[in-house]
Amino acid sequence: MVLVLLGGFAGALLVRFAPGFGTDDAELDSRLSSQSIQSIRRANQDQAAFATFYFRYLGNLVRGDLGQSRTLQQPVAQLLCERFPATLKLVALGLGLGWFLGVSFAIATIMARAAYLDVVTGLFVGVLLCLPASVLALLFVLARLPAQLLLAVVILPKVYRYSRNLLVSSAALPHVLTARAKGLGEWRVLFWHIFPTVAPQFVALAGVCVSIAFTAAIPVEALCDIPGIGQLAWKAALGRDVSLLVNLTLLVTLITVVGNSASDLLKRSPSLEVA
Amino acid sequence: MKVLRALAVAMLMIVAAASLFPQLITGASYARQFRELPDSPPSRQHWLGTDDLGRDRLSRLLYGTRVSLLLAPAAALLATLLAALIGGIAGFEGGRTEKVVMGATDLFLSLPWLFLLITVRAAMPLNVSPGASVMITFALLGCLGWAGAARVICSAARSVAGADFILLARASGDGGFRLLWRHVLPNLRPIVLAQFWLSVPAFILTEANLGVLGLGVSEPLPSWGSLLKDLGTFDGISASVWQFAPLLLFVLVVSSFHLVLTSEELPA
Amino acid sequence: MKTRLAFFILLTAFSMRSAMAQAGGELRFCLHSEPKTFNPLMAEDDSSEAIRYLTGGVLVRLNRQTQQLEPELATAWKISDQGKTITFHLRSNLHFSDGTAFTADDVAYTVKQLMDPALHSPVGDEFRAGTGAVQTRVIKKDQVSITFPAPISGMDKLFDQVAILSAQSPKKEMAVLGPYYVADNKAGAYLLLKRNPNYWKHDAAGRQLPYVETVHIDIQQNRDIEMLRLTRGEIDFINSIDPEYYDKVSSTNAAMANDAGVSLDSEQMWFNQVPGSPLSSYKKAWFTSTNFRRAISESINRADLSRIAFRGHARPAVGPISPGNKFWFNSSLQPHPFDQKSALQRLSQDGFRFNDGVLRDRDGHAVEFSIITNAGNKYRERMATMIQQDLSGIGIKVNVVTLDFPSLIERITRTFDYEACILGLMNNDLDPNSQMNVWLSSSDNHQWNPSQKTPATAWEAEIDKIMHAQASSLDLKTRKQLIDRLQEIAWQQEPFIYLVNKNALSAVSPSLRNAHPVVLNPQVYWNIDQLSLGSEIARNR
Repeated sequence: MVLVLLGGFAGALLVRFAPGFGTDDAELDSRLSSQSIQSIRRANQDQAAFATFYFRYLGNLVRGDLGQSRTLQQPVAQLLCERFPATLKLVALGLGLGWFLGVSFAIATIMARAAYLDVVTGLFVGVLLCLPASVLALLFVLARLPAQLLLAVVILPKVYRYSRNLLVSSAALPHVLTARAKGLGEWRVLFWHIFPTVAPQFVALAGVCVSIAFTAAIPVEALCDIPGIGQLAWKAALGRDVSLLVNLTLLVTLITVVGNSASDLLKRSPSLEVA
Repeated sequence: MKVLRALAVAMLMIVAAASLFPQLITGASYARQFRELPDSPPSRQHWLGTDDLGRDRLSRLLYGTRVSLLLAPAAALLATLLAALIGGIAGFEGGRTEKVVMGATDLFLSLPWLFLLITVRAAMPLNVSPGASVMITFALLGCLGWAGAARVICSAARSVAGADFILLARASGDGGFRLLWRHVLPNLRPIVLAQFWLSVPAFILTEANLGVLGLGVSEPLPSWGSLLKDLGTFDGISASVWQFAPLLLFVLVVSSFHLVLTSEELPA
Repeated sequence: MKTRLAFFILLTAFSMRSAMAQAGGELRFCLHSEPKTFNPLMAEDDSSEAIRYLTGGVLVRLNRQTQQLEPELATAWKISDQGKTITFHLRSNLHFSDGTAFTADDVAYTVKQLMDPALHSPVGDEFRAGTGAVQTRVIKKDQVSITFPAPISGMDKLFDQVAILSAQSPKKEMAVLGPYYVADNKAGAYLLLKRNPNYWKHDAAGRQLPYVETVHIDIQQNRDIEMLRLTRGEIDFINSIDPEYYDKVSSTNAAMANDAGVSLDSEQMWFNQVPGSPLSSYKKAWFTSTNFRRAISESINRADLSRIAFRGHARPAVGPISPGNKFWFNSSLQPHPFDQKSALQRLSQDGFRFNDGVLRDRDGHAVEFSIITNAGNKYRERMATMIQQDLSGIGIKVNVVTLDFPSLIERITRTFDYEACILGLMNNDLDPNSQMNVWLSSSDNHQWNPSQKTPATAWEAEIDKIMHAQASSLDLKTRKQLIDRLQEIAWQQEPFIYLVNKNALSAVSPSLRNAHPVVLNPQVYWNIDQLSLGSEIARNR
């Protein structure tokens, strides 16, 4: 809880002292009179007293009031409720598919024990890593693929690379070589001897991937115009919408902490402890 | 595999040499606009054609390679080292230290660091040179990009810390930082190398994306990121082959890094 | 007889085909951001203004094609009392989309809301002239007069932006008099507008307008994807299209691409002349020198900017009024020619010296400055890069710095920590009175040196006099002379170095009937109630 609140505080601090805080595009509207422009500036300065703002925000948070978005002119709670499902769907699909493909490619590389496959898979993943998200987004639209799968393409290289390296180094351990020498089948060696060794790291990776996925959702949603919280975060950042950003930072911190704590708990479970 | 690795090393050396001495390959400046020839196809004067402002594409590619090939790996190295040290120490010490460090890491992962980048850019004088500006951007990326890997490294370090050979090393009198540096960290190589290899292209692309906020490389200095950005447009779909040269080179270099860094051969 | 019968049959068949073509269907296009508000009085961003145009009923409408004012909810109007009072005669028996009756009380209510000083409506601010309250008088159920404290030039045209609200309806601003009403709004995703069942307009055949049953508006920020969707037929038009995409559309299907000619918009650069800015004193001296600014202007190749940055879909700008604004443009003025020799001569008058490829001022400082512009606008980034090369020709080193918009706004309106800036002016009003807040020296939007207590220069004092005089004059000839003089001063003094005027480009699918893209916004759907879809499209949607 302390971490989450600290996260909100630090996020708000970063926004508050970033250049452009308190400005509004409307100030450049040549139709507005000086009085109107001054009024807009005064309204935005209300959030300038940072400590007051944050403690007032916490007080309102306890009452369930997440504040009002300055850029979208809507209650933050309403915006989050409307948009969170889209992001959840995107992240779930992206993580699930990214992990499935990443780990599958890594396993295939280990099982085949063919250098050419290792090279080809590495090159393929390398190409995915090198393609800018904007190019991928366009390719997906061209191919009429759902934009939600784009996140899987972002997660896949990380999962593959870590998995492949972990599995390879684990496969060279003495107990695995012994198991092979004793004639155990490849799949048995993989599931009974290799996986248990690397399970803690995999679980740690999974926890980290949750927060990476939410962070990666921002450019994906912004590029593909998916109305999720990632797109909301992008608009809030461009508009220095501190009410929205504080809430989003709190949410992301909460998800990160929960994700990593869950992976920590899993790592500590007896079945995953390394002998 | 050895042959492939040798080829990869050769490729990297050729690219590095070409980017360090571009004047040997092309006489055109990366900044000069040949305004009578915007968006022109390859010719004897311009081997890869010209861009939308009539600037020689090959020259911009070579100078952009210099910027990205020097700075992105440097930033990736910084991020990787920070991740290895922080994650390694946390996992090695375990207990309360690990809890506190990992808690701070989680916090670090969640914060909108974009605003720090914007603030640092705003603090720089407007007339700072494009080179200095991009170096600062990459340095910041390096300082901010360690958190994700630190967690995974911490977990691996904890596993290694409980291994028999560590027990043996302790019994032999090794302890503290020496134990960490000589016995634990080398065993984290697979993850550390994975992190480095992933960070290089990630930082290059991040620099391109930050251009939308004015945090990328300033004109007229090119970088791979700024060259790749043009492909992500509707124009890019129907781009001609030579316009994909930056992407091709990027893929070749990243793949070469992959081959060079893959020291773990597959088990026979 | 047989011929007449055949003709009659053909005519009937044609009419039936037209009827089939015109009835129903769903029009689809994209907005680049979601509307911030559905309150038409507070519409300030492009998306909110689009929704206001599609749903709002106005008293008078500026026909975007003929650029003439036409009666809408008002059948007639009269300006009196030396330009301070306007009296509207309203159509009778009209109703809002929810069935509430439309009367003069609604007009009075709308004006009261509009002029509420606490609301700070951008449209309302255009009506503010002089101190004192605005008086509205409901003379009859279908007649209302509005009296302002001071004369407002072009007053009637301003009502084109004032969508009438219902004083009675419980739905407030969602009850509308325009051709459509907002039926569904999925935040960040799309808006669905449906035909207003009580819309008062009918076509010549007596059929109720609009023809198109629904309008589906997607929120699509990514213009590349928007372009892709147009080529696939998923949307029917792009209201304002970038030059590169225009060329792409033109090369694949020339009939889809529309260039309505030079728009009212301009791109300009200016130097920071704020005396209290944190710039060094020698730079302040440069930027406040007319010779310096004129020299810079003459060193910029505007023809290249138009040809290369905008792919030929722009033309060199002259001053604050675009040549597209035929009546108000001072046609005796030409763009400053690209002449670096003349530029250097001008600079030498101020003591600058050009040696070894470097320009130095009289104290030996090498001339170097930065140009800021908003990141992500590739046209401005291109122009800044081209200007960088142009000015290197006279020994000036330019640093191009792109900033995100809030950072840029902070520098040009708060801290004044910048040297030169490139931005554009989106102008949808033909009447130059709308630029009052740009040219008045006391105004916050007097970008190069805002909020002056007294005019800093004699020419700014003269501009202040001109703007006040033209605002209070009702004689078009007098106003034209004054505005011509404004343009002359701007041309001579170059507080804004006008770079280019962009063309009004749009792309329209062949399935959309009766679309005649124009220069004024909204370029394509200005006659939304007359648009129709091809019969096959109408059936399939």
